[in-house]
Amino acid sequence: MSKPDQSDLIPVAGNGLLHRRLFLRTGLGAGAAMLVAGRVGAEPQRPPWMRTPGTGMGESGAPSPFEDHVVRAPVGSQPGTTGAGVSRTPLQHLDGIITPSRLHFERHHSGIPEIDPDRHRLVIHGLVDRPLSFDAETLDRYPQVSRIQFLECSGNSGALTAPEPVDGNCASIHGLISASEWGGVPLGVLLEEAGLKPEGKWVVAAGADAAAMSRSVPLEKILDDAIVALYQNGERLRPSNGYPMRLFLPGWEGNASVKWLRTLKVTDAPAMAKDETSKYSDLDADGQARLFTFPMGVKSVITSPSPGLALAGPGVYQISGVAWSGRGRIRSVEVSADGGVSWAEAALDEHVLSRCLTRFRAAWQWDGGPATLLSRAVDETGAVQPTRASAMAGRAPESFYHYNGMQAWAVNPEGASRNVYV
Amino acid sequence: MFMYKRWMAPSLMVAALMMAAFGQAQAAESPGLGVPLSDSEVAAVDLVVMPDGRGLPAGSGDAHQGLDVYQRECRICHGDGGQGGPNDRLAGGIGSLATAQPVKTIGSYWPYATTVFDYVRRAMPYHLPGSLSTDEVYAVTAYLLAENGIIERDRVLDAETLPAVQMPNSGGFSWAWPED
Ligand code: HEC
Repeated sequence: MSKPDQSDLIPVAGNGLLHRRLFLRTGLGAGAAMLVAGRVGAEPQRPPWMRTPGTGMGESGAPSPFEDHVVRAPVGSQPGTTGAGVSRTPLQHLDGIITPSRLHFERHHSGIPEIDPDRHRLVIHGLVDRPLSFDAETLDRYPQVSRIQFLECSGNSGALTAPEPVDGNCASIHGLISASEWGGVPLGVLLEEAGLKPEGKWVVAAGADAAAMSRSVPLEKILDDAIVALYQNGERLRPSNGYPMRLFLPGWEGNASVKWLRTLKVTDAPAMAKDETSKYSDLDADGQARLFTFPMGVKSVITSPSPGLALAGPGVYQISGVAWSGRGRIRSVEVSADGGVSWAEAALDEHVLSRCLTRFRAAWQWDGGPATLLSRAVDETGAVQPTRASAMAGRAPESFYHYNGMQAWAVNPEGASRNVYV
Repeated sequence: MFMYKRWMAPSLMVAALMMAAFGQAQAAESPGLGVPLSDSEVAAVDLVVMPDGRGLPAGSGDAHQGLDVYQRECRICHGDGGQGGPNDRLAGGIGSLATAQPVKTIGSYWPYATTVFDYVRRAMPYHLPGSLSTDEVYAVTAYLLAENGIIERDRVLDAETLPAVQMPNSGGFSWAWPED
């Protein structure tokens, strides 16, 4: 399907001669063109798609071809690999709080396994009375819950720890967060069935990917709100999100929510796996490091305006963005247009859910001069998103995990934004 | 109003049951459909190696044998002697963590030697995980520890000796969990 020719949209005869360039220059779309055409009293007009019946129904949907720029970019992988890296959610092109499944960020360590669900089992073993195995079909018969919650890679926003501001956009800097409706079986039910031994304190989860990626999770979290997720946004998990089953730990660093879940071993201590020691640990400037930074800190980012979304000229704009906290609900979000000197409270959309993205909005009259936009979130525990300076305090160079400092976008007189430090 | 309440009662009961089942996991009734497994069925999927050595299989290897394995299976991605390139650097950097250029490697950063065995057995070599024998995993683990100057090249690693290896940065970590 090709894009419509703009000249198709504009009346070609009658009194309503319109200056086509005006529309192109201000970027007004077909809808506006039709409205004006009507007003000047020409014959009722039909765009091409109203002159013939549209295409038929189909078994599976896809976005409009006009939205083909809305993709998970940039994608990156370790040298010589395609499956040891990330793809990022294009936050700057999305609204609301749910991430379409096709745009959910990815962080894999050895690619996406192609799993036949009939040949996949989840094994629960270790400090239990009865080691048990479950397949996806069996798990469907268990009591299930569904919740709308975020998943965030602990390396998300880590680009802001660079000594100089990187030339990035919402996706490249903050695109390792997404939110979905996750449905599945509370893990406590399965552990109960296996019979927990009193010495059990941790659960080592491992995936059925080529890396058999593993993480140790405190039993307390597993029994509190962990699920074996089977569904994402109402459909079975996508392969890139752990099909046919994954661990989901609300609010905790994404890596611990092991995809393609294959084994859960109840232990008395953490296994000290590569991805909880070598990686995803926080090195401080004094050479000491912290393991097991699990809940993701309170954070927010303005998604519009943001780099790549230029303002068309002075006037009233909506500032919009997302805020989230691994410790519960967002209580409030404030925005600043003067680099943090003064702040205004943003409006929150209706859905303010625990450990989920919350959409905030504020109206802004841009006078065309330079401006620096910031947002700052507060969660229900009272935790306030830190400034960059305080989020950086004590960090070792290149220590980039678990960064939740504020994002500043500088808007120039041309209306373009870029990442800056204030 | 009365009628309404009478009609509501059963569904309230259902709601309470659902909350018991769906809310607090421990209180839930399980349909009990899990399939019991034998020890050998569990062993077939269990790759967990604990820092104290639990989970390590029988077998052994030293750095001399490990050099062969490394040159053949690892060097192309991790460089000569684990010095890195194109993929992660695995050796060196000891003492660099508190400097302006910290270099995180097995030798400089990792708190436990068992993690090397656990990880290599799970995931390496990247393109053919699971292709090394148990002895080869011990051997290449010994090689990486020797390259980092942590053990002698003649040191034979097995289920007893590997967990006894003292890592230079073993005291370099605190836990952020549980939170205070
Ligand atoms: C084809 C390239 C390739 C080969 C061959 C390879 N590796 Fe790797 N290795 C990688 C990649 C990529 C990663 C990072 C994986 C990730 O993102 O989790 C890695 C990670 C590692 C790590 C963890 C590094 C860290 O600092 O966390 C170790 C240890 C390791 N490899 C050891 C080995 C050993 C031993 C061999 C040989 C038996 C080997 N590798 C062969 C590509 C390779």
